[in-house]
Amino acid sequence: MSSQHPEQQAEQAADQLPAHTEADRREQPIVRRGMFGAKTTGDTSGYGRLVVRQSPKVSTPRPYGSPSTTGVAGEFDEVADELERAHPDFGDAIERVVVDRGELTFYVRRAHLPAVARTLRDEPALRFELCTGVSGVHYPQDAGAELHAVYHLLSITHNRRIRVEVTCPDDDPHIPSIVSVYPTNDWHERETYDFFGIIFDGHPALTRIEMPDDWVGHPQRKDYPLGGIPVEYRGAEIPPPDERRSYT
Amino acid sequence: MTTTDATTGYDAYATGDDAASGRVFSTGGQDWDDVVRAVKEAGDEQLVINMGPQHPSTHGVLRLILTLDGETVTEARVGIGYLHTGIEKNMEYRTWTQGTTFCTRMDYLAPIFNETAYCLGVERLLGITDQIPERAQVIRVMMMELNRISSHLVAIATFGLELGATTVMLNGFIEREYTLDIFELVTGLRMNMGYVRPGGVAQDLPPGSIDRIQEYLHRMPKRLKQMRKLLDANPVYVARTRDVAYLDLTGCMSLGVTGPMLRATGLPWDLRKAQPYCGYETYDFDVHTQDSCDVYGRYLVRMAEMEESLKIIEQCLDRLTSGSAKSGPVMVEDKKVGWPAQLAIGTDGMGNSPAHIAHIMGTSMEALIHHFKLVTEGFRVPAGQAYAAVESPRGELGVHVVSDGGTRPYRAHFRDPSFTHLQAVAAMAEGGMVADVIAAVASIDPVMGGVDR
Repeated sequence: MSSQHPEQQAEQAADQLPAHTEADRREQPIVRRGMFGAKTTGDTSGYGRLVVRQSPKVSTPRPYGSPSTTGVAGEFDEVADELERAHPDFGDAIERVVVDRGELTFYVRRAHLPAVARTLRDEPALRFELCTGVSGVHYPQDAGAELHAVYHLLSITHNRRIRVEVTCPDDDPHIPSIVSVYPTNDWHERETYDFFGIIFDGHPALTRIEMPDDWVGHPQRKDYPLGGIPVEYRGAEIPPPDERRSYT
Repeated sequence: MTTTDATTGYDAYATGDDAASGRVFSTGGQDWDDVVRAVKEAGDEQLVINMGPQHPSTHGVLRLILTLDGETVTEARVGIGYLHTGIEKNMEYRTWTQGTTFCTRMDYLAPIFNETAYCLGVERLLGITDQIPERAQVIRVMMMELNRISSHLVAIATFGLELGATTVMLNGFIEREYTLDIFELVTGLRMNMGYVRPGGVAQDLPPGSIDRIQEYLHRMPKRLKQMRKLLDANPVYVARTRDVAYLDLTGCMSLGVTGPMLRATGLPWDLRKAQPYCGYETYDFDVHTQDSCDVYGRYLVRMAEMEESLKIIEQCLDRLTSGSAKSGPVMVEDKKVGWPAQLAIGTDGMGNSPAHIAHIMGTSMEALIHHFKLVTEGFRVPAGQAYAAVESPRGELGVHVVSDGGTRPYRAHFRDPSFTHLQAVAAMAEGGMVADVIAAVASIDPVMGGVDR
């Protein structure tokens, strides 16, 4: 590695991934234009025509390594081998596997999620008995997979963590619930539904949890503004702070 | 008291066309006898009680909806969301460094843990986890352990108050005050310090802080012993806590319960030992467990943890005064990430150090540009995601940070232990007495700022 700087190192490392060729990159959707995110006024920085494209979806080749090592077979390979052995339709269920920053991520196709979760929990060699909830992420540019649900699983028996990521398109925001496997996900799935609008099929009572029951919209989606929403309280409508008073 | 019939009178919870399923009683204090008489007249065995969101014993704005059959709880439902402030959403609109200022406000009794978990996540994203200076790591550990003590003190103090013991409450809060004094001396603030930053800590320990912490270490063991004398064998306390709110290992596993509640089932699971961070593997301390699975066991675990924390703080002080972390930077060397200025106390309060101001305003244009860019725009974080977890006083505090390569978090999600643990209220309280609900909730030690974020 020629550079000492972590950001450059990461970029160089990314360039070395096989899927990350120039042509791949050009076909990706645009993530950002310009340098500083200025949309209303002219960008005088000289970077106004800069186009940043989304990085292509990579998948890490074997060996996966372990949290501290890469390049040689390690703990992550054990997990993947065991899952492959214990889950008959591993090929169908797992879209791709990514190892990044010492963390292992399984991208699971949504229909297979409950079965995969059950295998991960019950198989003695895997035994991920603790789920630390689900975190939603909204990628509006990721056509066909705008909404991601990210599960972090912890195995106390083997003292290891993995991440399971599931995606669903915005116009069909359904992901099977895994409350039957991990009851702790009850509130976490409600939260993700509340903030992102992902509907977890099979959840015992999927209602809003943080926002009021009659709230319209899902606040943590990228198309939802920060502030600027009028609030109704006891029949009276209170405008957002920036519209409460006229200073002219 | 106003006893209103749902069909004739005003009922704040079922106005207009809403159907109230039964009679509604509102009580305004000093009128419990009237309610009891009215219920007796109605001949209804089942009573649905709405406890909160403004009930003093619910640790903030927690709403419990209890269905009672006599004094037995047959159903306990939990309503949250009254303190939702959109911290995760707000963080997406500020730089990575400013994120510290937001997330410190979540679990306001354990701000240092929120900051550290977040910073560990950001550092993992940046790939600088092993470049953090040792002195910064030692200060982080020391501040976290001080914070663990102050948080556990509040847990035990409010717990005492809820069971009617005001002495415990006063003692707990007095001792906590000494911890907060140290925080104020070191960071400038008693709570919500924004002290731990990506790359290190905001500033080095000011003069006099080591002495103050030594004083604290001298004082605390006696005070903790005094608290133990007050509670450990107190017949009233033991009667209210032993065998109450039972939750065994299976229950903890399936409900995702960690922290003192898990350790009170006999499993010595502590992230500081199991998956060490900030150099915890180099400290000498024990993980205490109890196997009673009840409220009393959780109390004993918390007391023992405070004593262990004192041990860790002592080791930190050794390193800071004579050991390997005696001097050195408290912010990562990498100038592209590390905060450019050190803070100092001036005649007009705390601000950037005069030496730094003189440097950027008087001698170096490049330093000024660098300062301006890093402070206003912030540093870029390579795209990707990371999960970092710390052992907070309440359990596993996890943070999932996602970057799109920009100067602001694309998404920051916190897995707050209080949020997860409140789900266990039904499992612990149903089938028990209504008075034990208070003990059950208190033993979770939920902080609503963290629950609702």
